[in-house]
Amino acid sequence: MASQEVLREEPARGSLINDPRVRSIFIQVVAALALILLIWWIVDNTIDNLQRLRIASGFAFLKGRAGFDIADSAIAYSSDNTYGRAILVGLLNTAIVALAGIITATIIGFMVGIGRLSNNWLIRKICTIYVEVFRNIPPLLVIFFWYFGVLSVLPLPRDSIELPFGSYLNSRGFYFPRAVWGEGAWLILLAFVLGIAMSWFVARKARQRQMATGQQFPVFWTSVALIVGLPLLAYVASGFPLSFDLPKKSTFNLTGGFQVKPEFLSLYLALSFYTASFIAEIVRAGIRGVSRGQTEAAGALGLRSGPILRLVVVPQAMRIVIPPLTSQYLNLTKNSSLAIAIGYPDLTAIAGTVLNQTGQAIEPIMIMMAVYLGLSLLTSAIMNVVNAKMALVER
Amino acid sequence: MGFAQKIGQRAQTTEKGLRVMKHIAIGILAATTMGLMASAASAASTLEAVKAKGFIQCGVNTGLSGFSSPDDKGEWKGLDADFCRAVAAAVFGDGTKVKFTPLSAKERFTALQSGEIDLLSRNTTWTINRDTALGLNFAGVTYYDGQGFMVNAKKLPGVNSALQLSGAAVCVQSGTTTELNLADYFKANKMEYNPVVFEKVEEANAAYDSGRCDAYTTDQSGLYGIRLTLSSPGDHVVLPEIISKEPLGPAVRQGDDQWYHIVKWTYFALLQAEELGITQANVDELKASGGPEVKRVLGQEADTKLGTDLGVSNDWVVNIVKAVGNYGEMFERNVGAGSPLKIARGLNGLWTKGGLQYAPPIR
Repeated sequence: MASQEVLREEPARGSLINDPRVRSIFIQVVAALALILLIWWIVDNTIDNLQRLRIASGFAFLKGRAGFDIADSAIAYSSDNTYGRAILVGLLNTAIVALAGIITATIIGFMVGIGRLSNNWLIRKICTIYVEVFRNIPPLLVIFFWYFGVLSVLPLPRDSIELPFGSYLNSRGFYFPRAVWGEGAWLILLAFVLGIAMSWFVARKARQRQMATGQQFPVFWTSVALIVGLPLLAYVASGFPLSFDLPKKSTFNLTGGFQVKPEFLSLYLALSFYTASFIAEIVRAGIRGVSRGQTEAAGALGLRSGPILRLVVVPQAMRIVIPPLTSQYLNLTKNSSLAIAIGYPDLTAIAGTVLNQTGQAIEPIMIMMAVYLGLSLLTSAIMNVVNAKMALVER
Repeated sequence: MGFAQKIGQRAQTTEKGLRVMKHIAIGILAATTMGLMASAASAASTLEAVKAKGFIQCGVNTGLSGFSSPDDKGEWKGLDADFCRAVAAAVFGDGTKVKFTPLSAKERFTALQSGEIDLLSRNTTWTINRDTALGLNFAGVTYYDGQGFMVNAKKLPGVNSALQLSGAAVCVQSGTTTELNLADYFKANKMEYNPVVFEKVEEANAAYDSGRCDAYTTDQSGLYGIRLTLSSPGDHVVLPEIISKEPLGPAVRQGDDQWYHIVKWTYFALLQAEELGITQANVDELKASGGPEVKRVLGQEADTKLGTDLGVSNDWVVNIVKAVGNYGEMFERNVGAGSPLKIARGLNGLWTKGGLQYAPPIR
């Protein structure tokens, strides 16, 4: 045994067992190994049991013929395609509804969030009611509300409600004319891309000029003119290559045109309205989080309330808003799996069907988990880039 | 081979350092392993497990009138539910020793594979894929069915054949053979359609009832049952075409022959009882007064071993018939003349009456 004085000066000497550094490394290694062993054992056990029960396993089923049809598909798909492609269709459907939902939820959320801080009593109260109603209802009920409460009480196809521009609304969905691009239509697309590029360039130049001389340039209207005007010009120049496929009534449904099915509509609206209520609160908190002094200082400099909000408050609020906004986007994406209740063919629904038709439970579930994880990580990565852009740049 | 031994063997082949890990790992996992091994051992015999817990866990439909649906008292009614009771009667001598697990089409096979239920009696079509790749064993065909279509005749006058359905929106339940047959039928007849796919029967029913779909497709027996639940049943007609064979029957897990035999012979016993005229009312009487074949089936022969060889008591057929009646009684009560469905026996008649129901001899 070492004496107390020796211990105080050289605490690590003596037995390795008493060395705190060695101990902590040892415990971590043991814990890691135990975890690896546990996972290995679970996998081994699962494979053993599947073999014992004579249940097929492995991912070979992905190459098998699916045999079932899918109503909504962003890519060409028929029952002759493989299970793998069916799952891809589901993945795209999930991505489409999530992306559309995120955009709409953000727009509604920002409007309602700012509205809750309005000086107008009516606007403020309406926005408060909106938030309290949608935030406190489970998303599934919101979906059912839109599906069974709103869309399914619309008239049948033969009594469709006629809307302007050859669009129709009935219980089978929303129909509008589909654009058919003729020869030379690529010119319009080119003009559109060119318009965006030029607007960006103009905005940059205008900013540089304002920094240098303090003079402003009407960037917004110039951009509108470029983005709308150039394609219009191209449309005229290439000899009107655009025609429309109008929806027409047939025996059962409307045919032709573009159909947005009620399943997609209800899911999209429900997710947007539900998530928007949370985003509204995040935005309100973000704006409240900007010190009042900032508004007052901007006012003292002679800015009006619009530019104060746009140039002073919102940029600072965004730093508070973006991190929780990311989790709302992730929530929206994951909530889209509730689609299964109303028959929108999203990833969960289609992978579930594949699971049932092949009888292989583990593999489709693994695919689902991997896809949702991937989508979430992708969303996070994009939002991290946005966050980095918005972060305070110290000079 | 036990888990600990397995670990031991594999660890020896690896580095020396891993041996330390082995002991620690075994220490950590010992308790869990014991528990899991115990459950794995009991899973080897479904009959023992069922007897130990005192009831049969039976997977049924969430709600399909005539086959399995809860009545206003919460009691499960229907052909499939009664089949569960018949198996319980064979095993326990008491048809009430059943617990029902309502399952969607999508959940059913996983529930059976994972051991959550002991028996799947949920209007399930017997196919080669399910019999092989899914690791199931079908015990017989309790109902010969075929897939059909139903339309709202009031909203769609003039539609009297499935071949007129080109362009229609069709409601269907996901994860069923129905979904596959639908795709094949429309493809074979070069028709377009618009599938509206739901996971649960109730959701599909509600969507069809609200006019989301022009047609509803499932097994014909199911269509008759669903029609009763619609808001105005009289408006809907079942189209004459039958587009597939749907032999519906109970299924069990592979790898347990004894349990498979009990379920299979319960089904045969129901048929045999009808063939011999043994009914719920006269079964006690026939035990004493029946002919030699009746007595043998009812386990009244001296030194009979028919029941005990199967793994149940010798009076198992008596118990089955007392609990649910014979196949004919079960059929009439749930889907036939005695029910609102009023489905004719047709293919489901006994072989002696021009049907397909035929049982090998109980001897």
